[in-house]
Amino acid sequence: MKQIESTAVPLPIENIDTDQIIPARFLKTVKKEGLGDKLFYIWRKKPSFVLNNKNYSGEILVTGGNFGCGSSREHAVWALLDYGFRAVVSSSFADIFYNNSLNNGLLPVRVSEKFLKMIFLALKENPKVKITIDLNSQIVLVPGKKMKERFEIDPYKKLCLIKGYDDVDYLLSLKDKIIRFEKKRKRRKG
Amino acid sequence: MPRPKNILEKIWDSHRVFQKEGYPDVLYIDAHFIHEVTSPQAFDVLRKKHLKVLRPEKTFAVADHTVPTIDRKGPIKSAKSARLINALIKNCRDFGVKNFFPLGHPYNGIVHVIGPELGISQPGMTIVCGDSHTSTHGALGSLAFGIGTSEVAQVLSSQCVLQYRPKTMKLKIEGKIGRGVTAKDIVLYIISKMSTSGARGYFIEYAGTVIRSLSVEARMTIANMSIEAGARGGIISPDKKTFAFLKGKPFAPRGRDWGRAVNFWKALESDPEARYDKEINFDISGIEPMITYGTSPAMAVGISGRIPRAKDLEAGEERKALKRALKYMGFKEGEKMIGKKIDYIFIGSCTNSRLEDLLSASGIIKGRRVSPNVNVLVVPGSNKVKKEAEKLGVDRIFIKAGCQWRHPGCSACLAMNEDKIPTGKYCLSTSNRNFEGRQGPGARTILASPLTAAASAIKGEITDPREYL
Repeated sequence: MKQIESTAVPLPIENIDTDQIIPARFLKTVKKEGLGDKLFYIWRKKPSFVLNNKNYSGEILVTGGNFGCGSSREHAVWALLDYGFRAVVSSSFADIFYNNSLNNGLLPVRVSEKFLKMIFLALKENPKVKITIDLNSQIVLVPGKKMKERFEIDPYKKLCLIKGYDDVDYLLSLKDKIIRFEKKRKRRKG
Repeated sequence: MPRPKNILEKIWDSHRVFQKEGYPDVLYIDAHFIHEVTSPQAFDVLRKKHLKVLRPEKTFAVADHTVPTIDRKGPIKSAKSARLINALIKNCRDFGVKNFFPLGHPYNGIVHVIGPELGISQPGMTIVCGDSHTSTHGALGSLAFGIGTSEVAQVLSSQCVLQYRPKTMKLKIEGKIGRGVTAKDIVLYIISKMSTSGARGYFIEYAGTVIRSLSVEARMTIANMSIEAGARGGIISPDKKTFAFLKGKPFAPRGRDWGRAVNFWKALESDPEARYDKEINFDISGIEPMITYGTSPAMAVGISGRIPRAKDLEAGEERKALKRALKYMGFKEGEKMIGKKIDYIFIGSCTNSRLEDLLSASGIIKGRRVSPNVNVLVVPGSNKVKKEAEKLGVDRIFIKAGCQWRHPGCSACLAMNEDKIPTGKYCLSTSNRNFEGRQGPGARTILASPLTAAASAIKGEITDPREYL
């Protein structure tokens, strides 16, 4: 992943919890796939919900702050990915959700409150406005609106996303160190 | 002299296997709890990569999230639950996880109840589980936090997890605990003041005289809901109460090891000069039993209070959230909470299903009948809790009063088994989350303490527990 260029879906609600992203009863699966149908399951039943609005579509979800609060269920991230989202833009994310996103290649983009408001406004004016997220330069921009802002991302995770590295592989490359650590602790404890 | 450290720093530094600029720390994990919902996809990662579980003896597996709480004799009726539980059985067998407590095992129960009660969770340990309420174990002085399934795969394969050290917050609770006020009320009060994102990015250390005065079980209720304030976890420096709690537990150190362990545990306490990224003080004198009126744990008021009015809140998102929540709950601005009709009562969950919780609720219920209009579910946190409660006759108190006495599990807290609250119905629940649909599609959840739950069960409406004390 290097760059995402897409139209976006606005969901200007704060504190969206993981039970809204995907209710617990749909976690009864041993797979990661197929959860997209259940994304925002309750809200989607309303015809007026943004995912039912034909004007809005795309690979980027733009949401209110503290997105993904609540449970640690990674199913929330899998559901967003399975639905077709590749990035979520918000002013803040719940900690576990943020990590889960990075660990699955769903790019969480933290922007300022002001910039978030500007994106919401731009999407209101023109649902087809394109947003570009460039991971390399860590810049999110709305070319049509001449808006741009830099976002922060953990350099290690950035490397993982760009090169397709894997946490488990990285940890196992350090296995000698882990075993040595265990031995040292055992000696210390006697 | 070495730099003074807080307990979080002490545990973190002693578990850091590897540190590299620009990379997360490699943090060694002492106890890894797994359950049926967030582990199957992690085992799949290991299978795909042809890996083993590095330290099966440090992995503890339990089925709790989807298990039935009524009939435990026959096969599990829900095919989906059965598939998850069977996957856990198979994964434990295939990967050599011997500390597995399936249904029927005397150690079975909610993962965050059994860890402490079996003495698996100990001060100074690093503990993770694919569940956000892992923070519960922090009440014993362990560094415990919830992780996602990708991280479960990290821990299974390497006994380590990649993490940046969170910022630390010292949250001091002082004051006099009022009548009818429990740990649940204290934590709901704190969350109502801090909001659900107030502690985001932080790990909380709870301190102060109030925490010291609470039992270890009550401390667990507080640590449990740290995540509801947005924190990664909550920790409490261990003390004599912690050591007394752990002594003699099946997995706790014994004999000569016990004395050595206690000495080590005593040294964990935060140094007096330790620094924190943030310090907050709460005075809980004068707070009432708390009750939630909305769809976030932060939407809580004192039980004799009223639902806030939109005009009293900041314009913008806060007002919108209130309106949305009240619409869902079927409540109106400015209404009183006392006297509102309740359809279901759920006494259970990793927040409030330990023996002390059941005893406090049964104290009010004893010799009374619950209202015929409410359906009261009492779900002990574990087989051990259930057995101990039955030894004390607590089950008979509940049953005689017209409550249902169930087998342990997560049950109606998140409605992944048959224990669901029907659409539009009100459930006064001792659990931790009142999100829309949490207890079933369209279910309306009101969070409160076991005391408030018991008092409300008798009247069939929201009731101040102090009426019965």
